[in-house]
Amino acid sequence: MDYILETRGITKRFGGLTAVDGVSIGLRAGEALAVLGDNGAGKSTLIKVISGVHKPDEGEILIGGKPARIESPMDALAHGIETIYQDLALAENLDVGANIFLGRERMKRRLGFLKVLDDGGMADEARKVLDRLDIHIPSLRSTIRTLSGGQRQAVAISRSIYWDAKVLIMDEPTAALGVAEQKKVLNLVRTLKDQGIGIIIISHQMYDVFEVADRLAVMRRGLLVGERVVKDTTADEVVGLIVGSETVGKER
Amino acid sequence: MSNETKADARRGRAASFLGGHWIYLFLALEIIYFSLRTGSFASLNALQILLYYGVQVFLLSMAELFVIVTGGIDLSVGYVLGFASIISIKLMEWLGPLGLGEPLTVLIGVCATLAVGLIPGLVNGWLVAYLKVPPFIATFAMLGVCHGVSELIINGVYAMGLPKLAADIGSGHFLYVTKGVPPSFFSRPVVDRGVKVLEIVPDIVVVTAVVVGIFAFVLARTRFGRHVYAIGGNIDAATRSGIPVKRRLLGVYALSSFLASLAGIVYAFMYVSGKADGGASLLLDAIAAVVIGGASLFGGTGTVLRTMIGALILAVLDLGLRMAGTPTFDKYIMVGVILIFAVVIERYMPEARK
Amino acid sequence: MNGQSAAAGTAGGFLETRTGRALASNWAACFLILMFAVFSLTSGSFLSVANFQNVIHLQTLPFLLAAGETFVIITGGIDLSVGFVTGLASVCAAKSIQVLLAAGMTATQSVALSLAGVLVLSALPGLVNGLVITKFRVPPFIATMGMWGIANGLALKISNGFPMTGLPDKLPEIGNGYLVYILPGQFVSFLSKPVGFANSRIRELLRLLPYSLPFILLVLAILAFALKRTRFGRHTYAIGGNVDAAVRSGISVDRHLVGVYVLSSLLAGMGGIFNVFQTGIGNYTTFNAQYEFFAIAAVVIGGASLAGGKGRIWSSAVGVLVLAFLENGLAISGVQPFYRYIAVGVLLVVAVVIDKIFPDLR
Repeated sequence: MDYILETRGITKRFGGLTAVDGVSIGLRAGEALAVLGDNGAGKSTLIKVISGVHKPDEGEILIGGKPARIESPMDALAHGIETIYQDLALAENLDVGANIFLGRERMKRRLGFLKVLDDGGMADEARKVLDRLDIHIPSLRSTIRTLSGGQRQAVAISRSIYWDAKVLIMDEPTAALGVAEQKKVLNLVRTLKDQGIGIIIISHQMYDVFEVADRLAVMRRGLLVGERVVKDTTADEVVGLIVGSETVGKER
Repeated sequence: MSNETKADARRGRAASFLGGHWIYLFLALEIIYFSLRTGSFASLNALQILLYYGVQVFLLSMAELFVIVTGGIDLSVGYVLGFASIISIKLMEWLGPLGLGEPLTVLIGVCATLAVGLIPGLVNGWLVAYLKVPPFIATFAMLGVCHGVSELIINGVYAMGLPKLAADIGSGHFLYVTKGVPPSFFSRPVVDRGVKVLEIVPDIVVVTAVVVGIFAFVLARTRFGRHVYAIGGNIDAATRSGIPVKRRLLGVYALSSFLASLAGIVYAFMYVSGKADGGASLLLDAIAAVVIGGASLFGGTGTVLRTMIGALILAVLDLGLRMAGTPTFDKYIMVGVILIFAVVIERYMPEARK
Repeated sequence: MNGQSAAAGTAGGFLETRTGRALASNWAACFLILMFAVFSLTSGSFLSVANFQNVIHLQTLPFLLAAGETFVIITGGIDLSVGFVTGLASVCAAKSIQVLLAAGMTATQSVALSLAGVLVLSALPGLVNGLVITKFRVPPFIATMGMWGIANGLALKISNGFPMTGLPDKLPEIGNGYLVYILPGQFVSFLSKPVGFANSRIRELLRLLPYSLPFILLVLAILAFALKRTRFGRHTYAIGGNVDAAVRSGISVDRHLVGVYVLSSLLAGMGGIFNVFQTGIGNYTTFNAQYEFFAIAAVVIGGASLAGGKGRIWSSAVGVLVLAFLENGLAISGVQPFYRYIAVGVLLVVAVVIDKIFPDLR
């Protein structure tokens, strides 16, 4: 049961509302875990707790089996947990290399003392990581604005990979994409799994879940109402869990 | 609800109330302060001076309000004012020799100026709504164009030659009260030297009040006004609800230009001359009044009443400083500070949305 | 969407080509060249070394302001206070020199000290702007408008509304000095007028390279380098492109923004000091000067977008030149300078429309 990331009894309340209620879930290396649930089920909040945006009221997070203090997004990043939000957080006016290295730019020395942006070096590194993920972007020097939705998603993912993410959280990765691009992103997810990265995907798309996820977890009203291995379940059963015609959950 | 949350709610409501109504308190304090500082501040005379010289700012700030509510800005109002002041005089100069008689000359002159004064606004509106030029740039460009055209028309000389009737209106009052003589409206009674005539409410203040009232009604109670708020609140939602956004924007900028032209005509009546940059320094005041009045620069909020209070705050400041003998330099500093203060209050004590 | 698609449609074919795009992305420079051509035809004295040098010399302040404004506009903000910060710096410098001279210091000492002092002081308005914008979340338009009033008021207070005189004569000599003086056919002297040269014969002298030229080139080069090749510049673009991305990448956006506004106000201060050198007096800025508006116009004409994320120092410099030579050309050709205002208006709109049609142009 080697989980690279595990939550135990995570509870998060906002005023009188319990958004996440005692959720315990684990993620293994090289595995994709889908988190499903209707609107308001608590998926986003759970994710935000893991990525350090919210501090849990109860419960703990373990990384590699050891308890970890995650109290800010910086902490999460430091632990190798990278989150790709729906809006991707890319700077449209900068190129691929600049985005991948945003905030952590590589510098080189000119004239012995002057520290200057190493755009060439950053572009090379960008090319390397894109190749590693088998992503094709013809021109690395044009701005992100000229890229398609799928390509931008790929850049966002590359950014996380470059910085050695161990856990990648993806919030609705295929939501705004066309069919062909959706396939590309799912392929990317498979590639990432092969490289031993653990992935948590929040998704509404049943197709995606059954395509790439190994396990899935269903939340409803803050509770974890079911965990299944994707191979051993059906879409109908999952929908039932989401909607609540069947409740298989922890006794409280 | 638990006890803590009830107290929080009360505190929230109090802050919200204060945040929304601090301008009244501030105005009152201002008036009290200056009245204490200079005895003659709290007098009918001072009030009338205040309103009289504040007329341009009242009109310009209302113009600016409409535009700001849609989420835009109109930087050209100052120079549209100047442009209109010049055009109105030139027109009346030109009409004069036609022998139409003063009332008709003035009327035609005013109407024609207002009509011409719509043009800058229509161009602004077209640029913003149809060409999607950012309002800052479009109206800044128009500012320059108006400036250039104004200067070209007067060719370096002041425009003069206003019919006497106009000048009379400019300095005349609504009501004259004299001891021993029945009160007269609009025309100054002829009296012997030394007999005091009480002048009540300058004509142009009456005109301004009427205009302000009309447009306040338009903004608050008509469909046009409702659409203006909607556009400022969420332009996409407005478009999808079937609101003719482009036409409305055109209308708003035209309206702004219209009010600025009116302010220019008033200027001409008051000062009996037209000046290209007569309104240049008023832009700051106009925008400040709107912001102080609580409107957000992002659009969707703001009322005429609040904006007028904002304009009053500035006018009181100006007059008060003048009467207290303080150099007006301080005024700029204070306006700057009040402006920032107003926005900060809006942020920390936001008024509960209707 | 009608406006752009129509325009783009008709011009579509040509603009898709490489030449088309190159032209569009450098349209300001092309316009500048076009202006040169037109004005050299309409007036004999336009195309002369003396005229060019004079124009560029007088644009030192606008160059500085436009450069500062470039940084601010790239972050998606705006700085309306620069014109009045210039006036404030000018007045403070003059006052300081006056005071120090009266206290017995030599001219050189008082000037040097005042320069250093005012330069440091001119970071203050920017600091206040930046803090008000980041800590209190006041929109830049309002915050800098507030500073507009405050700086203006202070400048007026200190100067009492009058230009401040009584400064050492050496100042305008330096401010308006040239590197090379040539009396055609006779001699050449460097750095100063030839000794004993009568001022009445000044017209015979050929002057080359005003001090202000290498000065401004150096400043612009440093700023352009900073914007293009340092982390500071990269982060400036990032904040303008997507603030959230910047925040999540660990960039301390608030601190950076304060830095940008401080830079803008420092440059404005530098400009104010330079003004004292050029004019020999300290003076507040009048409402009519509209320095900040022309700086912003120059930056937009240079290709920046008010929404942020785009802009370059040298492009803004071209924008300044476009505006400057427009006025100069019109004046020299005997045309009423007021057409300049109209032309500026039109240019701005053109700049924006081009930006809309080609949002990707670097």
